[in-house]
Amino acid sequence: MREVFRLAKSLVVAGLCAGAAFSAHADDKMASLKIVDGGIPASLTGVAGDVDKGRKAVVNRKQGNCLACHAVSSLDNQPFHGEVGPSLDGVSERYSDAQLRLILVDSKKVFEGSIMPSFYRTGGYQRVAKKFDGKTILSAQQVEDVIAFLKAQ
Amino acid sequence: MTIKAKTAIALIGAGMLALGTMGLASAADEERKSIAPPDGHPLDEIISGYEFRSPETQALQDDDFENPAYLWVEKGQELWDTPEGKANKSCSSCHEDAAETMKTAGAEFPKYNEKLKKPVNMEQQINMCRTEHMEAKAWKWESEELLAMTAFVRNQSRGVPMNVKTDGLMKPFFDKGKELYYTRVGQLDMACSNCHEDNYGNHIRSDMLSQGHTNGFPTFRLKWQKVGSTHRRFKGCMKNIRATPYKVGSDEFVNLELYIAYRGQGLPVEAPAVRN
Repeated sequence: MREVFRLAKSLVVAGLCAGAAFSAHADDKMASLKIVDGGIPASLTGVAGDVDKGRKAVVNRKQGNCLACHAVSSLDNQPFHGEVGPSLDGVSERYSDAQLRLILVDSKKVFEGSIMPSFYRTGGYQRVAKKFDGKTILSAQQVEDVIAFLKAQ
Repeated sequence: MTIKAKTAIALIGAGMLALGTMGLASAADEERKSIAPPDGHPLDEIISGYEFRSPETQALQDDDFENPAYLWVEKGQELWDTPEGKANKSCSSCHEDAAETMKTAGAEFPKYNEKLKKPVNMEQQINMCRTEHMEAKAWKWESEELLAMTAFVRNQSRGVPMNVKTDGLMKPFFDKGKELYYTRVGQLDMACSNCHEDNYGNHIRSDMLSQGHTNGFPTFRLKWQKVGSTHRRFKGCMKNIRATPYKVGSDEFVNLELYIAYRGQGLPVEAPAVRN
């Protein structure tokens, strides 16, 4: 399986029109994301992920908010871990980096019909609130940071 | 190994974990009262939102004197007998004793309106009575008066099984509501079904997802610290998933309300319920 997706095409186009002030993520490198064998092998940024920053994005309710649905043992200091998805303990033993990256970018490409949001996709949505329109939930670097955090679980 | 195979292994792993905690899970499930759905219904069991709430929240609803929503019911009772508008009529001028005349109405809305050629919900019916028969001004959506009257009227039907019509002239509107229910919206890209069909009984953070029924509305929500309408609740869900909500009283929300009422078909009306 080899496909090329321009997941962030609309943002790039809009960004060109509106200039640098367009969005919080306007400085992300929105290159085409290559999906290979059910994963995205290449880093979205080329910059290594940061575990601490990843942890922040995982916990922050306005960013990853991963605990809404998943339990993470190392975050036991945070109250109320959800039970909608599986525990993230040892998740990097179950999936490769490339698979984790695609699951984060657009989970529905891996798990058809999943409730999980697509954290780095801008197109194909309906009725997005103005405030979030054309934006991704996480930045490209945050996706890499979350992967680094998940690998430490 | 393919990702599918890995997923299957992960699922088996999760299943074994689930077995380990089954004692807990099944205890909670056993305590949840359910009713059998009608033929062709999407749910295997229909469970009121009451069953998903904490004993403390349930206790507030169980005792009419403790239930804060009864302030609205009392206000509604007063308004029922208060003449208003150019016609100087009250609700009771036509409908007399609500305990008799509104015995089943609270279970039957949204209902087809011949004049408008579409379904209207309880709030809209109340306002139509006001403008057409009392010649009074319509109450604003979510106003204390409209919430009070809706709570009062639906309270007359407490215990009566939800019974909305979905066939005949209602069918196209029902189908539109169903389509909305299963359509993903917002940046979080979720449909009603993702939470309330696929995941009821699961915690999403501290909140346990229910089947999302309407039999308790208008409902006193602890989060709101007041009574609120079904459409206000719909808006809240849509905002949570970062979608642009439809407007209260819109055709979209009435159609959705109709479809969701059907999903709770047979559940006793609990209005005004208490939820978190």
